[in-house]
Amino acid sequence: MNLDLSLYDKVLENRVRLQIMSVLVANEHYDFNSLKELLGVTDGNLASNLKSLEKEGYITVEKSFVDRKPNTKYRKTDKGQKAFENHLSALENLIKQQYK
Amino acid sequence: MNQKDLINQIGQIRSLMEKSSKFMSISGLSGVLIGSYALVGAFVAYVLVYGFNSEFGYHDHYVNNGNIPTLIVIALSVLVVSIGTGYYMARQKAKKSGQSVWNPTSKALFKAMAVPLLTGGLLSLIFICKGDYGMIASTMLIFYGLALSAASSFTFKELRWLGILDIILGLLALCLPGYGIYFWAFGFGILHIIYGLIVHQRYEK
Repeated sequence: MNLDLSLYDKVLENRVRLQIMSVLVANEHYDFNSLKELLGVTDGNLASNLKSLEKEGYITVEKSFVDRKPNTKYRKTDKGQKAFENHLSALENLIKQQYK
Repeated sequence: MNQKDLINQIGQIRSLMEKSSKFMSISGLSGVLIGSYALVGAFVAYVLVYGFNSEFGYHDHYVNNGNIPTLIVIALSVLVVSIGTGYYMARQKAKKSGQSVWNPTSKALFKAMAVPLLTGGLLSLIFICKGDYGMIASTMLIFYGLALSAASSFTFKELRWLGILDIILGLLALCLPGYGIYFWAFGFGILHIIYGLIVHQRYEK
């Protein structure tokens, strides 16, 4: 079986990171607390995965204050969108391979 | 990674994309209740304006300055009880699925509804002040319908049809002055009940 894994994204292999990207692809932006609630993960886990996505250039971070409380918004970048689409194609190909 | 894992993963992505961009906590049963309140309100208003034993059919100029304040009180009571029911049941439903009722999607939903709803509300008030009572039922239906169609991209897609039907009813009510209360009762009462039952059947079983 020769698999084309060029589209498979190591960064998105992590479940939480893939979930974060799914949410950010479907929405223009999302804030930290809503993400945490939606994914049901701990602060630390979410923060470290957001950090690595940011370092990879897949998302951008926008810090601001709402009623003096910190409010951090995340957005996907074009690069992140592309990576997400590629990764999905890779998963799709994997499934197709196994059907053959 | 085996096939089951992969299919699972893709299913999860799909559900997250939907859950994060659509507000699915609006309860179908609350739609049924809200429709019933509207019917009760319309019935009370009907008895008040036309009397209990009056014939169904065309009525002209029965709404007057004397009974307008009572009608406004009835309408506002229906509105307040409906919003209360809708909010309470949405909160219960959200709690059950571990989400909060006030999240980015519900905020987007309210933002989408706010402009047409406020415009329609103010326009109705202007018609009341001017004594154009015949315009009120259609104004409420049309602008409520616009608000629902605008909101439908953030929640159940069925809401779009409810909105469009309300707009059509409102336009028809304009063509048939004097029958406003029937259109109003159908649009806000019967259609809400049907919509609520459909959503309950499709998503809450």
